[in-house]
Amino acid sequence: MDVFSDPYNVDVYVTGFLWILKLTAASTVGALVLGVLLSAMRVSPVPVLRGFGAAWVNVFRNTPLTLIIFFCYFGLFSTLGFSVSDEIDLNNYWLGVIGLSVYTAAFVCEAIRSGINTVPAGQAEAARAIGMSFRQTLTMIVLPQAGRAVIAPLGSIFIALSKNATIVGTIGLMESSNAMKELINANGDAVIPIFLVFAGTFAVVLIPAGYGFGWLANRLAVKR
Amino acid sequence: MTDEALIVLESVNKWFGPLHVLQDVSLSVARGEVVVVIGPSGSGKSTLCRAINRLEPINSGTITFDGQPLAAEGRALAKLRSEVGMVFQSFNLFAHKTILQNVMLGPIKVRKEKQAVVRDRAMGLLERVGIANQAEKYPAQLSGGQQQRVAIARALAMQPKALLFDEPTSALDPEMVGEVLDVMTSLAREGMTMVVVTHEMGFARHAANRVVFMADGQLVEQAPPEEFFANPKSERARDFLSKILTH
Repeated sequence: MDVFSDPYNVDVYVTGFLWILKLTAASTVGALVLGVLLSAMRVSPVPVLRGFGAAWVNVFRNTPLTLIIFFCYFGLFSTLGFSVSDEIDLNNYWLGVIGLSVYTAAFVCEAIRSGINTVPAGQAEAARAIGMSFRQTLTMIVLPQAGRAVIAPLGSIFIALSKNATIVGTIGLMESSNAMKELINANGDAVIPIFLVFAGTFAVVLIPAGYGFGWLANRLAVKR
Repeated sequence: MTDEALIVLESVNKWFGPLHVLQDVSLSVARGEVVVVIGPSGSGKSTLCRAINRLEPINSGTITFDGQPLAAEGRALAKLRSEVGMVFQSFNLFAHKTILQNVMLGPIKVRKEKQAVVRDRAMGLLERVGIANQAEKYPAQLSGGQQQRVAIARALAMQPKALLFDEPTSALDPEMVGEVLDVMTSLAREGMTMVVVTHEMGFARHAANRVVFMADGQLVEQAPPEEFFANPKSERARDFLSKILTH
């Protein structure tokens, strides 16, 4: 483990995982907000909104994430001139967040939509019968119950998101997989230890996170 | 009871695909009247009840409530629904809300009433249906009979002009039917306008002002309960009564 006694290398490692953390945090928020909106569109009585939701899911769920991230950089930024920050790292970071969010939102949408199907039709009927609007019925009665029903699958989606965040390395951000590549390039004699440390870091954080989601799913389950 | 009609259905038709579930049904319910709808399964009674607050849209005919024709969708329909309480066969209490929250939700979110005012009224209603001590529990922790009484309190919290009951006791264990019917009977005595779809002939006899008999999507006959049970006019009603009253 000589590699990690060098403070420079430790800095590369820490910076890499900090980027992953930031990418995951911002994209989780983005994907959750977008995904809930999309699922609301997909069950709305307005055909245009339903079509928009379905199109979003079909396009982004079936496009490789690498392509989407590439498009954010080469399409949005290089060609169309869409820039979020003058600082290259921050710009790449936000382009990555956009790509990860629109991609993950498609999966979040489908998870929540399957959650909506677990809510008995009588719940929405009872809400409408006391005079609630479509929006009130959805946001106060249906979505809260649907969300609780799909905490476990949402957990899987966010765990996948944190690993997918490494793809942002392909557009130059020094996140963990880029950091690993750099360390391996400089320390050809320590490939296995470097690999194990990076893989182990993901496992150490994500395994408890998985159990955490399972615990939360049980705790918040709606009793019927 | 006055003669002014609160709910009026005129020539209402409804199809489920090829199935003609409501055939030219006309019915008028006066303010303060208790109308009990009975009939064999699949006769369209529940559909009739659900059509009154447009949980089931109809294909033709008109339904007016308190002088206003039923709106198609949107705000006007939501307002009408807030004035017509509905009690379902399967209770449909909001599973993620406590009993008290269930009762308070409508007045606060739909009517925008003040929290404190609604809380007092809700507790009063829960007291009335005998569940005040369970106010902080969740629906799944209550028995069926208790849940249905909460559902009645939830409907009453909106201070409705009429109450619709869609087979309110059909999903209950036999020993819990009485507690729900007691609440309904006391409401009927107080002059609440009620449309009740039920198989409880005892309730029909002692609480109804009028019994409406439906079969095969048609409103076959209607009469005061004493008259209907003693002397049904139609063959279909005689047949129905002979099947249920001999046991």
